[in-house]
Amino acid sequence: MTWQSLSDWWWPYVFILLGGAFPTYIWRFIGVFIGGRVSEDSEALIIVRAVATSLVAGVIAQLILYPSGALAESSVYLRIGAALAGFLAYLYLGRRVIIGVVVGEAILIAGLLL
Amino acid sequence: MADSGIPTEETQMPERSPLGWFLAGASLIGSIPALILMTAHVGFAGFASENGVTMLQATFMVASIWALPANIVLIGAISGGYSVLATAIAVGLSSIRLMPMVAAFIPEVRGPRTKKRVLIPLAHFIAITAWVVGMEKLKHVPRDMRLTFFAGLGITLTSVNTLVVALVYWLSASFPPLVFAALFFLTPMYFLSSLWGSAHDRSVHVAMVSGLLLFPLIHYIAPAYDLLLTGFVGGLVTLAYVRIMRMRSKPS
Repeated sequence: MTWQSLSDWWWPYVFILLGGAFPTYIWRFIGVFIGGRVSEDSEALIIVRAVATSLVAGVIAQLILYPSGALAESSVYLRIGAALAGFLAYLYLGRRVIIGVVVGEAILIAGLLL
Repeated sequence: MADSGIPTEETQMPERSPLGWFLAGASLIGSIPALILMTAHVGFAGFASENGVTMLQATFMVASIWALPANIVLIGAISGGYSVLATAIAVGLSSIRLMPMVAAFIPEVRGPRTKKRVLIPLAHFIAITAWVVGMEKLKHVPRDMRLTFFAGLGITLTSVNTLVVALVYWLSASFPPLVFAALFFLTPMYFLSSLWGSAHDRSVHVAMVSGLLLFPLIHYIAPAYDLLLTGFVGGLVTLAYVRIMRMRSKPS
C-alpha cells in the first residue's frame, strides 16, 4: 500500500496518520512514561540518541547534497560551501542559530546571483 | 531577566493567573527560535508543494506530526513510492530522538499534582524548538504553572506554523525560483545549527558529524537504505567513541 494505491480523497490522510503521525507520537508517549526514571548517562540512552542524531544528520546531508525542486539546479559545491561557512559561523561567532542560518543563506544567495 | 545568581523562582516573577501564564508562554511566538522555525516551515511548504503534496495534506502533516525531520522523511518516502509500513519505519527511526527529549522534558515541566493523562496529550507539542525554548524558560516559571506555560508555548507554535504552511501554499505561485531555493536551504541550515546546540554531551556531536560524513558514502553504496544505515552505523561509531573514551579515562 503506497501513497498512490488508493485514489479516494481520504487515503493520503490515513497514510499520513499511519506512516507519519503514529510512528512519531509513539516515541513521545513512551518518553512520558520513562519520564525522569532514565538516567541521562545510561549507555542505552546514549546509543538511542546517537542513532537518532546520525539519522537526522543524514537528513541534513540529503537536503544539502541531493535536494529536490528549485535548489537542485544550483551547484553542489556552492551548497556545501554555504552550509560549511554557515556552520563554522555558528560555531565561532557566539553559537547562535540565527548567525549560522544568515551566513549560510547569504553565501548561497550570493552564489546563485553571480 | 537579570542574572543575579539568586534563585528567581517565585521571588521575582509577578503574580499571574493561569491564563496569564498560558499567554506568557504563547507570547514566545515572537522569539528568535520561533521565527526561525516559521521560516523553516516556509521552506517546508515549498518542499511539499514541489513534491506534489496538496495544501490540506501539508497542513495536516504539520499539525498531526509536529516534527520537521519526520515530515521531510515522510515526503521523501512518499516520493520514493514506499509502502505505509516502510514509511512508518523510516519516519519512526527519524523520530526516536523525541523519546529521550520528552523523557528529559517531563521532570522540568511537571507540577506537584500533574496527572499523566494531562502530560500524554501535551507531549505532542514537544519538538526541537519548543524543547530548547522550554528548557531555557521553564526554570523561571513557578512549578505549578509550568505545564500551563508550556501549553501556551507548544499549542501556539504548532498552530501558527500550521497556518504559515497554508499561507505559503496560498501565495507560492508568485515566488521566483531564487526565493524557493533560498527557502529550501533554511531547513538544513536551521537543523545543522540547532541540532549541534541541543546536545548535552560530546556523544551527540560525534553522532552528528558521523551522520553527515557517512550519508554520502552510504548513499553511493546502498541508496535504498541510505538513511536507515546512516543512523545505524553512526550509532555504532558513537558507541565505539564512548567506549574508547571510557577506557582512556579509567587507567588515569
